[in-house]
Amino acid sequence: MTSVSVRDLSLNFGAVTVLDRLNLDIDHGEFLVLLGSSGCGKSTLLNCIAGLLDVSDGQIFIKDRNVTWEEPKDRGIGMVFQSYALYPQMTVEKNLSFGLKVAKIPPAEIDKRVKRASEILQIQPLLKRKPSELSGGQRQRVAIGRALVRDVDVFLFDEPLSNLDAKLRSELRVEIKRLHQSLKNTMIYVTHDQIEALTLADRIAVMKSGVIQQLADPMTIYNAPENLFVAGFIGSPSMNFFRGEVEAKDGRSFVRVGGTAFDVTDYPAHTRLQPGQKVVLGLRPEHVKVDESSGGEPAHQAVVDIEEPMGADNLLWLTFAGQSMSVRIAGQRRYPPGSTVRLSFDMGVASIFDAESENRL
Amino acid sequence: MDNIANHSMAAAHAAASGGSVAGPRGRKPRRTLSRRNMIVYGTLILVALYYLLPLYVMIVTSLKGMPEIRVGNIFAPPLEITFEPWVKAWAEACTGLNCDGLSRGFWNSVRITVPSVIISIAIASVNGYALANWRFKGADLFFTILIVGAFIPYQVMIYPIVIVLREMGVYGTLTGLIIVHTIFGMPILTLLFRNYFAGLPEELFKAARVDGAGFWTIYFKIMLPMSLPIFVVAMILQVTGIWNDFLFGVVFTRPEYYPMTVQLNNIVNSVQGVKEYNVNMAATILTGLVPLTVYFVSGRLFVRGIAAGAVKG
Repeated sequence: MTSVSVRDLSLNFGAVTVLDRLNLDIDHGEFLVLLGSSGCGKSTLLNCIAGLLDVSDGQIFIKDRNVTWEEPKDRGIGMVFQSYALYPQMTVEKNLSFGLKVAKIPPAEIDKRVKRASEILQIQPLLKRKPSELSGGQRQRVAIGRALVRDVDVFLFDEPLSNLDAKLRSELRVEIKRLHQSLKNTMIYVTHDQIEALTLADRIAVMKSGVIQQLADPMTIYNAPENLFVAGFIGSPSMNFFRGEVEAKDGRSFVRVGGTAFDVTDYPAHTRLQPGQKVVLGLRPEHVKVDESSGGEPAHQAVVDIEEPMGADNLLWLTFAGQSMSVRIAGQRRYPPGSTVRLSFDMGVASIFDAESENRL
Repeated sequence: MDNIANHSMAAAHAAASGGSVAGPRGRKPRRTLSRRNMIVYGTLILVALYYLLPLYVMIVTSLKGMPEIRVGNIFAPPLEITFEPWVKAWAEACTGLNCDGLSRGFWNSVRITVPSVIISIAIASVNGYALANWRFKGADLFFTILIVGAFIPYQVMIYPIVIVLREMGVYGTLTGLIIVHTIFGMPILTLLFRNYFAGLPEELFKAARVDGAGFWTIYFKIMLPMSLPIFVVAMILQVTGIWNDFLFGVVFTRPEYYPMTVQLNNIVNSVQGVKEYNVNMAATILTGLVPLTVYFVSGRLFVRGIAAGAVKG
């Protein structure tokens, strides 16, 4: 039994196809993040689920009820918007109770629900204020409260933290996670921020031009991206890519990039790597080890171009195999520009993609 | 990380400002009587005088007796102030067969303006709201037709409207004129409201829909309370437009329903007897008093509303 289920959903604006036969099943109590750059259709999908956009084709089920043609209010959803969308002329209390009054819920019940929501979100002292007298974080809390009082099964978040400054964003992020843990509602959360996606989600759906590229839990998305797009989109700084060719020698496999050969014998490939196959080798900055001692294996040498100390860790930009690559090391280890370092690679966590199909091998 | 950077920058700043070095420091001094100021204020004063002079002449003339006017110093202030011309203009001046002054026209104008303004704004605001927020089928076509309507010269439509009003049986009545004013206000007012509502955040509308509010609930509970400035703009446009209208008033009504402007014209342009300039001036000022008052009372809101409604969207 699923909480929200999207079947073959298509949406066209005239000749422009935004979503094309999209399928998505979300379990009860799951926190699903729709992640993608702007214009990938993630907000459009959310608006379709909310009923704010009419779909061109396909079906939407919420709690196993076909709601494809239902009004937003009848779908059992609450929604939080990026710009808060609080009614400016109403006090916080009126903002929270507006939807309930429209639904003709008895006043005693309204009071109870407003009280409960304001306790959960700790906005009781603000109830008599107007939205213009609140800070950004408080406004977003009220906006979440407005979804909370509706007593619904599914919460929809449309980039709720994008208008906040960095500090508040990380605070509210934790609060949303706490809220989800205590309420156990289904939550669908749209964002372009990968940190939000990785920290909040049970599962992430990475989207690109209306198509879900990969749907998996955050660690799988991060460590085993399904294709080149997901690999490049997740992670900051981005994964290092090396275009090369598979070679077999002495019972071991290599990816040859120019004059450098990466030993990929330990790589857990889905299919056998064919010698001569054109591939893209992906290495995350933190999956590269920088050694000072000369170990047993043949060493790869690289020269440091730029050093970016970030406190907790230190980011080195190196020239290696004829291109620039980034390596993340512990913050206290410093290498001034110009110094030579020796690299070794953990192929167990590397990613290899077919150069043509761009899919993971 | 950001914090560390800020601290170190603050430290560097403190070190630099430690010693005082000769040279410019603090606020840059400005002269009050600079060349730039003289040009700016000089131009403004000249333009203001240019606009105020006719009003001055009118007021001064309206307060003089006829013998004094015949002397011919139109700029001279009155030697002997008299309110006789004002009384005559309001209550005694003759237009055609009636000799009860402008008062009749004033009340006619009120009876025309008030309903026209209210009805046209009520309809246009709903039109604009529907066009901006509820993208119904054919909305674009409807909007295009409305806009085209705004550019068709009135003269083209006068005769067809006379026929339509006659067939409806309201030709020559106040009702007919009110209908005409309401219809002719529609294109520009709808455009005004549509742009204003389109400028409001769309998410507000979406949030209200998720909250279960329908077409009218959203209009009355969410949109209306946010739209005072644009309503004031619409009201000013309509009050001045309808009050100052001459053409429709003279074409679509009978003499007993003539609005103030038509009556003013009849007083000023009457060819019998002496030209009573003082009465004419007083009558003109009286006629212009209503739009003038509206501007003074709501000028601030007007500017705010124009800025919000016309520039955005």
